[in-house]
Amino acid sequence: MAEEKKLKLSNTVLPSESMKVVAESMGIAQIQEETCQLLTDEVSYRIKEIAQDALKFMHMGKRQKLTTSDIDYALKLKNVEPLYGFHAQEFIPFRFASGGGRELYFYEEKEVDLSDIINTPLPRVPLDVCLKAHWLSIEGCQPAIPENPPPAPKEQQKAEATEPLKSAKPGQEEDGPLKGKGQGAAPADGKGKEKKAPPLLEGAPLRLKPRSIHELSVEQQLYYKEITEACVGSCEAKRAEALQSIATDPGLYQMLPRFSTFISEGVRVNVVQNNLALLIYLMRMVKALMDNPTLYLEKYVHELIPAVMTCIVSRQLCLRPDVDNHWALRDFAARLVAQICKHFSTTTNNIQSRITKTFTKVIKTLILPRLQQEGERIRGVLDGPVLSNIDRIGADHVQSLLLKHCAPVLAKLRLPPDNQDAYRAEFGSLGPLLCSHVVKARAQAALQAQQVNRTTLTITQPRPTLTLSQAPQPGPRTPGLLKVPGSIALPVQTLVSARAAAPPQPSPPPTKFIVMSSSSSASSTQQVLSLSTSAPGSGSTTTSPVTTTVPSVQPIVKLVSTATTAPPSTAPSGPGSVQKYIVVSLPPTGEGKGGPASHPSPAPAPSSAPSPLGGSALCGGKQEAGDSPPPAPGTPKANGSQPPGSGSPQPAP
Amino acid sequence: MAALAEEQTEVAVKLEPEGPPTLLPPQAGEGAGEGGGGTTNNGPNGGGGNVAASASSAGGDGGTPKPSVAVSAVAPAGAATVPAAAPEAGAPHDRQTLLAVLQFLRQSNLREAEEALRREARLLEEAVAGTGVPGEADGAGAEAASALLSRVTASAPGPAAPDPPGTGASGAAAVSGLATGPAAPGKVGSVAVEDQPDVSAVLSAYNQQGDPTMYEEYYSGLKHFIECSLDCHRAELSQLFYPLFVHMYLELVYNQHENEAKSFFEKFHGDQECYYQDDLRVLSSLTKKEHMKGNETMLDFRTSKFVLRISRDSYQLLKRHLQEKQNNQIWNIVQEHLYIDIFDGMPRSKQQIDAMVGSLAGEAKREANKSKVFFGLLKEPEIEVPLDDEDEEGENEEGKPKKKKPKKDSIGSKSKKQDPNAPPQNRIPLPELKDSDKLDKIMNMKETTKRVRLGPDCLPSICFYTFLNAYQGLTAVDVTDDSSLIAGGFADSTVRVWSVTPKKLRSVKQAADLSLIDKESDDVLERIMDEKTASELKILYGHSGPVYGASFSPDRNYLLSSSEDGTVRLWSLQTFTCLVGYKGHNYPVWDTQFSPYGYYFVSGGHDRVARLWATDHYQPLRIFAGHLADVNCTRFHPNSNYVATGSADRTVRLWDVLNGNCVRIFTGHKGPIHSLTFSPNGRFLATGATDGRVLLWDIGHGLMVGELKGHTDTVCSLRFSRDGEILASGSMDNTVRLWDAVKAFEDLETDDFTAATGHINLPENSQELLLGTYMTKSTPVVHLHFTRRNLVLAAGAYSPQ
Repeated sequence: MAEEKKLKLSNTVLPSESMKVVAESMGIAQIQEETCQLLTDEVSYRIKEIAQDALKFMHMGKRQKLTTSDIDYALKLKNVEPLYGFHAQEFIPFRFASGGGRELYFYEEKEVDLSDIINTPLPRVPLDVCLKAHWLSIEGCQPAIPENPPPAPKEQQKAEATEPLKSAKPGQEEDGPLKGKGQGAAPADGKGKEKKAPPLLEGAPLRLKPRSIHELSVEQQLYYKEITEACVGSCEAKRAEALQSIATDPGLYQMLPRFSTFISEGVRVNVVQNNLALLIYLMRMVKALMDNPTLYLEKYVHELIPAVMTCIVSRQLCLRPDVDNHWALRDFAARLVAQICKHFSTTTNNIQSRITKTFTKVIKTLILPRLQQEGERIRGVLDGPVLSNIDRIGADHVQSLLLKHCAPVLAKLRLPPDNQDAYRAEFGSLGPLLCSHVVKARAQAALQAQQVNRTTLTITQPRPTLTLSQAPQPGPRTPGLLKVPGSIALPVQTLVSARAAAPPQPSPPPTKFIVMSSSSSASSTQQVLSLSTSAPGSGSTTTSPVTTTVPSVQPIVKLVSTATTAPPSTAPSGPGSVQKYIVVSLPPTGEGKGGPASHPSPAPAPSSAPSPLGGSALCGGKQEAGDSPPPAPGTPKANGSQPPGSGSPQPAP
Repeated sequence: MAALAEEQTEVAVKLEPEGPPTLLPPQAGEGAGEGGGGTTNNGPNGGGGNVAASASSAGGDGGTPKPSVAVSAVAPAGAATVPAAAPEAGAPHDRQTLLAVLQFLRQSNLREAEEALRREARLLEEAVAGTGVPGEADGAGAEAASALLSRVTASAPGPAAPDPPGTGASGAAAVSGLATGPAAPGKVGSVAVEDQPDVSAVLSAYNQQGDPTMYEEYYSGLKHFIECSLDCHRAELSQLFYPLFVHMYLELVYNQHENEAKSFFEKFHGDQECYYQDDLRVLSSLTKKEHMKGNETMLDFRTSKFVLRISRDSYQLLKRHLQEKQNNQIWNIVQEHLYIDIFDGMPRSKQQIDAMVGSLAGEAKREANKSKVFFGLLKEPEIEVPLDDEDEEGENEEGKPKKKKPKKDSIGSKSKKQDPNAPPQNRIPLPELKDSDKLDKIMNMKETTKRVRLGPDCLPSICFYTFLNAYQGLTAVDVTDDSSLIAGGFADSTVRVWSVTPKKLRSVKQAADLSLIDKESDDVLERIMDEKTASELKILYGHSGPVYGASFSPDRNYLLSSSEDGTVRLWSLQTFTCLVGYKGHNYPVWDTQFSPYGYYFVSGGHDRVARLWATDHYQPLRIFAGHLADVNCTRFHPNSNYVATGSADRTVRLWDVLNGNCVRIFTGHKGPIHSLTFSPNGRFLATGATDGRVLLWDIGHGLMVGELKGHTDTVCSLRFSRDGEILASGSMDNTVRLWDAVKAFEDLETDDFTAATGHINLPENSQELLLGTYMTKSTPVVHLHFTRRNLVLAAGAYSPQ
């Protein structure tokens, strides 16, 4: 038990160079090495002595952080004049510089203009100490009020969500999670440890996942009713209040399942009815739930993601698409998806890569077929007589977005020899540009493949998340989307069924992977392979004994496999794979109805001279996309979301 | 003001006749003949008296040997205000004081100061001779004083660093001598005093040279032997590792084998038990002989023998081994620096040993816990419950009074019965009850009838008082017994008092306004209050350093606060001004507490002693010296006859207020002790330390009876419920935990054998005893309090991460 402490107890000493520097600064030029050595020993010892005394003051001051005043008091104990003026709260005001083979630490002293100080308004006077009473416990129960920490701390919710078998009630197993942080607990460790190990090892297989109780108290039911009514009601002030409550109140943990069902059902119904306002309200609820620092949503993400994604890609979200600003909803929902990816994507659930895959499919099935027409329209604007500069800029922007996001998808779809003519034939005026972009994308993918970067996919793809919301825009607004909401429920069902059927089939999915990946390009092989290796990696360890961890891993494998097997089948045929996945179910309907129907859609005729009406309509749409802040900052946001998402997959394999 | 002063002198007068006189005369405890000539200061300088007034009898009191040391030590601080004429008035004590100071100066190598003092003293001697004090008495006194000095040094109250403000203007000889103190480096005081008689001897013990390169071999040889011995002996003999390691290392350092010492440390420090880590850290930084001079921790190691408890069999085994191997080096250390307490019978198990070790100087010797302790409660004074009680009950439903009646009787009868373990009623003089106290007692009894009966099935509610915006750092909290006031001590030197009831805090009117009041009117007590000053919060300014301790007097008229500046201050809650600054601890005072009966209070600080004071004496009545490190917390026993102190040396000691003896030493904590509390029946003590554990002790038997594990950080506050069924603990880990105290004290292993040997088997039942854990929102729980109706009040400062 003492082993781990061993390293800490080494006797570190200041370097003797420091003594020299100090001596020089005092005007003593030559100082013997021996003297330096003696001095450092002495100084180090005294510093430690003072630090140990200062620690005493910290403890008696009931703090966890040593402050400069503690050191002052420790010096005072030794009858040394304290160092006045060092009251930095957070950091030590040293700056570092090196150069000429020397390393220097110095104080940064800025020149301050006196008049600045005089003229700046005085800072607010800090509030005075005050007493506030609240109930920490009422006859043994801790009320869930903002003054108390949330009943189930986020870590625990997370532990429950990710490792349902290990989590335990806080009272039952103190040593586990809490052990790590208390340094004061170190002495007690000696005995705690021997005890701690066995229950985890032996107890785990026996203990079943605790069934969570979803009974709500009367107050909670009332609260739920009030909040949901306010959220979708007509009074904006009430809604703001309700959302505020959702976003800040601790103790909503128990109501989470209700909320998530409320949202997903609400989306399902309102998408059909094209009730834009309600959809926006529901998305705002999702946002509020995500913002609540005390909630950990992972368990409910499977309900929320389909709902949110529906709000991004659904063909029609409002009754009058020309007038209503459904783009705001799409944009908002896209941000939510980005946020979800950022928060919940892990190596085990692969949310981010699954979502990007889905969106890739959207690009494939919805945008690619339309590239030709769009290309024509863009060319019409760019090459035609200059009607309005805004049109031009808009068209330019649309073009660059299309190129940027379609190229990687095309790179994966098409086999390597990239022929300009073939591209032109297929995609019309955008062909050549696309071709060069695809070549570039391939080169980049190859480069990343060399670096064995498994996150290629997640890095290049999330951008579609945002642009996608615009992609289907010019598309037809056929109200033939009745299936969509229904299909939302599908992944949930597959999830459930997969969970049930999981244990017997851990091996097949990986094989499917490999088959599929061989058909795609080199770069994606790399990615898929890595995915598949990670999946069986966890699968193989769990297959032989029917241990309890299987269910948590298994559905993911299953889902991934359905998702990945889908593309080859959807691309050519379509309707066969309706059941696989939400958005997978979209393309076929899109191809069947939307594709052909898009020609007579309000979009202007592709080749002829651009009619001002169509052009401006297009521009209006584009401009909205280009000017309105959401997409622009949204992209960096999506990018920003990657590091955590992409960082997490790496350690696991 | 006049009214107030009157009231206070009244207190003092009441106390005087039986108060100080009976307590102060020495118990002739340690035979240092000082005679009982303590001139008690009767009269005007009562509770409200300021220092200047009471200083007129400087050095007058002090009876037992220890206070006499205090005189020499404390005089300089107090003497700041002693008028120049005081020495003449002084009795032989002054001379003794002078001699002690001279001796001290000589020892501290403060020659100039000594000369100066001598010059002064010659004058003084004439004066003294003029008063015709027999010379030989002086000599004896000096001898006694010097002997005392050297004896108490182990925990000498660091007299050398005088209070800077105090010394400035004073012309008194002693002070001028000591005024040079600050020039000397830091701790010189206590160290230098020790250096002559004790330390040099101890240090020289390290002198004997062994071959420094052989040390590692010796140690590993012993290690091998112990590890190969039988299981039953191994655990016991393993106790030797740590003290041997430390002493061998110190020997190496002392003999300036720096490199050998370093490698020795590197090689073996990992073998030591993890709870010695803090000491090892100190040790690791100590690599030079010069360092050893000033280091207190090491000083403790050298001056006090490390106590080990080993069975006879194991000891024989060890002895045989060492003799066989001719391992003189180790044998010498065992002989010189260790105290091996040998017992007959079975060797103890690892668990039994682990439970008891961990303190700085090993376990307590068995005989240290043998003396009788009167842990029972004093008989409650009989108070006639007035008839208005009936009226109030009449207001309730008809059924209730009948139910209540028997209850009240039972309470009454309980207090009437004399507890066989209780000390005699007048063992120490206690203040008489005032009318207001009686009223309060009646209130208390009424509340008692409404008290919630707690138990595992009926947990108390916890009301948490959060100090918001306490950027200056909350360092101490106290709540009055009736839960009407909360005081907070802050790192910015302020003490703030809040009223948590609708009744606002008002101070007494100015003297001029007071004179206008009709003193005959019935509501004079109401009239003297100045309505204009009513507010919920009063801030008390006076300290010049963080306030580490705060305590309300039982009658709610006074507040004590102790601070880094070395003083304990007494504040009036009538005028909200400081009444007295008690100077004695020259170093930070970590804790202070009023006696449950008022009048007395105890304080403990960095100077390693706890002091017992009476509010109307500017010098301590008792000095409890013995701890080897800071006294972190101090608590009075409910019967006020004992004081418990918890220290950074990881021991808890119980002191007898009557004679200043240490009657219990409890070892077993593995970190500095930060909280103490007695059970309401006085039988048990609960202590909490930085290691996050709460230990329970049976005072009567002197045994550890329980261990409550669960907290992950320092336990800062402990409190039993009013009936003792529940123990609440609050910690730096931001939790309040409730423990089943009834169950914890059930079927204790207090048979004769256990009591005789002190071997305890602790049940591992912390989890069963834990009734509840309540997290706060990053608010360390600094204080806990049970109201009279058993509602828990907790307090702490919100500290955002």
